[in-house]
Amino acid sequence: MAKKKFVVGCFDDEAVLFPAVKKVRTAGYKIHDVYTPFAVHGLDHAMGLRETSLHTAGFIYGITGTTTALSCISWIFTRDWPLNIGGKPHFALPAWVPITFELTVLFAAVGMVLTFCYLCQLAPFVKKHHFHPRATDDYFVMVIECTDKTNIEDLKAFLTNQGALETNFQVAEEGWWLGRYDKDEMPFENADIVVA
Amino acid sequence: MASLRTQFEVPGKMKTWSYALMGAGLVALLYGMFTKGFSADEHEQVHFWGTLMYNSIFWTLICNASMFFISVTTLAHAGFTQTFRRIPEAISTMVPIFGTITFAVLMYIILGHKHHIYHWLDAEAVAADPILKGKAGFLNPTFFVIWTTLTIALWSFLGWRIRKLNEEADQAPMDQTLAASFIKRGTVRTAMFTVWFGLTVGSTIPWLWMMSIDAHWYSTMYSWYTFVSSFVAGISLIALWLIYLKNKGYLELTGQEHLHDIGKFMFAFSIFWTYLWFSQYMLIWYANIPEETVYFKHRVQGPYKGIFFFNLIVNFLCPLLILMKRAAKRNYTLVTFMAVLIIFGHWIDFYQMVMGSLMKEHVELGWLDFGILAFFVGIMILFVGKALSKKPLIAKYHPYLKESIIHQV
Repeated sequence: MAKKKFVVGCFDDEAVLFPAVKKVRTAGYKIHDVYTPFAVHGLDHAMGLRETSLHTAGFIYGITGTTTALSCISWIFTRDWPLNIGGKPHFALPAWVPITFELTVLFAAVGMVLTFCYLCQLAPFVKKHHFHPRATDDYFVMVIECTDKTNIEDLKAFLTNQGALETNFQVAEEGWWLGRYDKDEMPFENADIVVA
Repeated sequence: MASLRTQFEVPGKMKTWSYALMGAGLVALLYGMFTKGFSADEHEQVHFWGTLMYNSIFWTLICNASMFFISVTTLAHAGFTQTFRRIPEAISTMVPIFGTITFAVLMYIILGHKHHIYHWLDAEAVAADPILKGKAGFLNPTFFVIWTTLTIALWSFLGWRIRKLNEEADQAPMDQTLAASFIKRGTVRTAMFTVWFGLTVGSTIPWLWMMSIDAHWYSTMYSWYTFVSSFVAGISLIALWLIYLKNKGYLELTGQEHLHDIGKFMFAFSIFWTYLWFSQYMLIWYANIPEETVYFKHRVQGPYKGIFFFNLIVNFLCPLLILMKRAAKRNYTLVTFMAVLIIFGHWIDFYQMVMGSLMKEHVELGWLDFGILAFFVGIMILFVGKALSKKPLIAKYHPYLKESIIHQV
């Protein structure tokens, strides 16, 4: 993980945020992320994010579940411990479908939740830097990553011009680390600042 | 909105096609009627009337599914349908037309006493049969005729009232009070349709019209199965008309976002169809009681084996794998292909549900089936086209129209 320099601009209106995102991108700044209190439709397109691969991962987890269930049950019932159940054939596919279905759903669901948490860097006992506490309340918080060429005061003024109500400059760790939100430790205080 | 093309004009090519299909179908129908329908051989009679029966029931139900689609979206206060709502409305105008054909065919079978189709019409056999005697309160000609008449009449009437109400949204802008009362009246009218739909398609009508062919056999899944089969085919029909109009340059306000939602309906209800298909099959397979397995005997192990499993591939595997990706549901070509495939698949499903019980010994899927199918498709194209040209394609003062225009998935 790495410490980086960020400029943060806070907006309180979607209608202001969208043109601002567009202007910031055309001006050539790199948007680190936009933190919003709720899912904002179309923001991913405005930010130019690529389509998520989460559903492809989900499909692979599901297929894994199907394969696990079918291979496991068929091995048990035809090779390992064949039982005569109601005179049915050992390879009784219809009877296995419900369990196959359940395992498919279970693998896909659990796998996708864990993948999602990993991608969002959410987990118990880990901590992430919060750029603005009101991002969970009523502010749309746009975070811009600085390079060594970025003039911070210019960028702040630019954001204010686009309608930002509040701007500030932060040096922060961008990844997650083991820690607790109720304790203020600074594990990366002396780390080098990485500039793109 | 002055620049929108809201007035559909029926293209000459569409008319030619519908007349050609109807003509070809009529030839097959008349030829079949005189060589088979009125022949002295009972097997030939059953073949002809059974074919006519499943085709007319299939088309009535899938056109009625459009009205159900309108009803549930209205009840759920779903706005996204507004830019293309005139399509399901136009399709649902087919219910009286196909309903009348179905009614005529069923009445011919009932009043003509065709007990080779409905075994329970044979009074002597019923008197000697404790099972049929026990069902006689439900399975008797009087109840059948009354309930069928009532069903088709009420589908048509309640659907007509819903379409009639929506005409108000063509006329003048609504203020807050008027819009609220418009939505309220819409909710009440669609709720009435939904209740009647549940009482008929959701339970009694498939039992009476189709399940009673196997008079001794019953399945509580059967009506749901029939309903989903017709619903997913009905949604596909809406998708086809939507894409057709879009290709002709109409429906400027409808786009990929709406297509995506329709695609989701097609995907989800294909899965739901499979759920019911499997639930019905597995319980009977597991219990393995002769009275119940009789339905699947000639379908799974007899001549219908191929059609029975083809059905599962077309109606489950193809939608599952092809429509799974988001990009597929937003692709006009793929959705067109899948819609045709799904309608065909469920037509085959209806074929095996009816003919699989009527002609257990051999499969005679051939010119008669496809001829009569062409006849119904021709009627559908002609009358839906006409219905579309009668009203503006967009009810421009509908309170939910804006929600539909800015719809985003």
